[in-house]
Amino acid sequence: MKGNRFLKIFKNAKKNGIADDAFVHQKLSPFWVMVRKEIADHFHSWRSLILFGIILLTTVGALYASLIDAREVFSAKSDGSFFFLKLFTQSDGTLPSFFVFISFLGPLLGISLGFDAVNSEQNRGTLSRILAQPVPRDYLLNAKFVAGVLVVALMFFSLSFLVIGAGLFVLGHPPTAEEFMRIIVYTLFSVVYVAFWLNLSVFFSVKFRQPATSALSGIAVWLFFTIFYPMIVNLITKGFEPSKFAPPQMVYFYQKIKFALVQVMPNELFSEVTSALLVPTVRSVGPLTTEQVSGAIPGDLPLGQSLMVVWPQITGLLALTLLCFLFAYLVFMRREIRSRG
Amino acid sequence: MEHIIEIEGLTRKYDDFFAVDHLDLKIGKGEVFGLLGPNGAGKSTTILMMLGLTEPTSGNVRVCGLDPVHQPIEVKRKVGYLPEDVGFYDDLSGLENLTYTGQLNGLSRMEAEEKALGLLARVGLKEEKDKKAGKYSRGMRQRLGVADVLMKNPEVIILDEPTLGIDPTGVKAFLQLITDLSRKEGITVLFSSHHLYQVQQVCDRVGIFVSGRLLACGGIDSLSEQLFADESFMIEGVLDAGVRTSSLKEDLKKTKRQLQDIPGVAEVRIEEHRFMISSSKNVAPEVAAIIVGGGLHLNSLSNREYGLDEIYTRYFQE
Repeated sequence: MKGNRFLKIFKNAKKNGIADDAFVHQKLSPFWVMVRKEIADHFHSWRSLILFGIILLTTVGALYASLIDAREVFSAKSDGSFFFLKLFTQSDGTLPSFFVFISFLGPLLGISLGFDAVNSEQNRGTLSRILAQPVPRDYLLNAKFVAGVLVVALMFFSLSFLVIGAGLFVLGHPPTAEEFMRIIVYTLFSVVYVAFWLNLSVFFSVKFRQPATSALSGIAVWLFFTIFYPMIVNLITKGFEPSKFAPPQMVYFYQKIKFALVQVMPNELFSEVTSALLVPTVRSVGPLTTEQVSGAIPGDLPLGQSLMVVWPQITGLLALTLLCFLFAYLVFMRREIRSRG
Repeated sequence: MEHIIEIEGLTRKYDDFFAVDHLDLKIGKGEVFGLLGPNGAGKSTTILMMLGLTEPTSGNVRVCGLDPVHQPIEVKRKVGYLPEDVGFYDDLSGLENLTYTGQLNGLSRMEAEEKALGLLARVGLKEEKDKKAGKYSRGMRQRLGVADVLMKNPEVIILDEPTLGIDPTGVKAFLQLITDLSRKEGITVLFSSHHLYQVQQVCDRVGIFVSGRLLACGGIDSLSEQLFADESFMIEGVLDAGVRTSSLKEDLKKTKRQLQDIPGVAEVRIEEHRFMISSSKNVAPEVAAIIVGGGLHLNSLSNREYGLDEIYTRYFQE
């Protein structure tokens, strides 16, 4: 019966030539109206279409590379466990694997979805008009964030399922529950990682009037963390490098510091989370002493334990994401909104 | 008269510069009020404070009995605001833009579209409803702006420099639209402008705003009395330029002194062969007698009242 009613509404709407979906009579809260509009904007803009295209192409490429290799792995080495996870991590060397691609393109995706979120509204003169409507000011910022995250989530989940589907096709065997859960959790954290870059670029878009400036700032931060920061860490730690004959505590301490210094990098945090999730044999992401390893039986960890291994990294990544959002929020809420000026 | 906007001692300070300086203003229901002032006088800041988009440094604003600082959303439900140089989403049509505004005001999509269609017809954009807003001309955009403001059935509409950049016929139609609204639906209209004549055409009352202060407020005719309390008359005497006697300079000086002694005269200026005398009452006969008696050849003597033109030159073009 319910279906019938919707059909009726749908037909009426068509007839009147006003709208063509069944939700025309629904009173959405203004927040979801805004989210809806933002999502529609993402799907209608050339920018997002190009990005989706790039990411889809790389996925297909990575998938091809890993499938060729996986076939070999699967037939020769007989260790057929976690075949589906290997689809995400292995490649024949011609192209990087899926997860490398995602950790490389994720920031780009996040930055490009958010860098003109607020400043373009201001430059077009729509910001003051929207803020004169009876909606709380933060709705605008929240709607932009939620819409961005939803778009990214939609994209990443469909890509992950695409990879699983391709694996299914090749193997003729469904993934185990463990594998499936790992892939879902991995995809979830990829979305969180992109959300971090999205928030960062939304923050820049609140801060800088020119979209070009805000895009460049986002890219500068990204380059800093992927290229320059590791170099700086290297430079600093090189000076303290213990000699070959130094006591083990010293070496351990040195490794610990080196490890701690790279933990502020969002890309490092993400790659640690990814490796723990996609490679079940990973037992630690930091340095371990011989005593800690002694007596351990090599084997796979269950998902819960893998999550425990990278729990600090997960917390760190979420904290960085929230921090960026907080800054954007603070700057935006205290801003005086004038038309275009 | 019932007051719909009440402003008391409103002040907004940026660092140590007063954008709005202890403003007191009351606007009655259904009135068309013009806020007249040069650029940077604090008109926009005042408007932003009425909407709760900027917080006042001190003072009080009440719009429809509500306080915009603490109840901004309630205020925005009742007040339509058309910002200066309003912008729309360029890739959406005029209709879609209005529908979006309607939905933000709590209408369903169907209701919003129906309402938007009605308003588009009203502002004369029915033919262009499906055209992308990015392709609208400036004048069309402004009319779309009025429709946008009306989407929420406002009690008050505030327009910031609404006539800027529209051609003269467009301005006329636009102002007509505004006055119609006010008269027919009893909507209070407040608009800011630095165009004197437009304000003069449509406003019931005008407030003159210069560097954060309200200099005068009232109907156009009562303004000159307020602004030029002791010099509301202006007498201009022109001497015959062809006649040059050797004692002209001294004669002029002597006459000037005599003119200044007439009771009520505030100021006497002499430019070449032209007298400008401002006074609080009509002193033309005395002036004529003195000039002629001083041996000067008077060509013409004119008496004019201060108009908005003088207000303008005096206060705005500094």
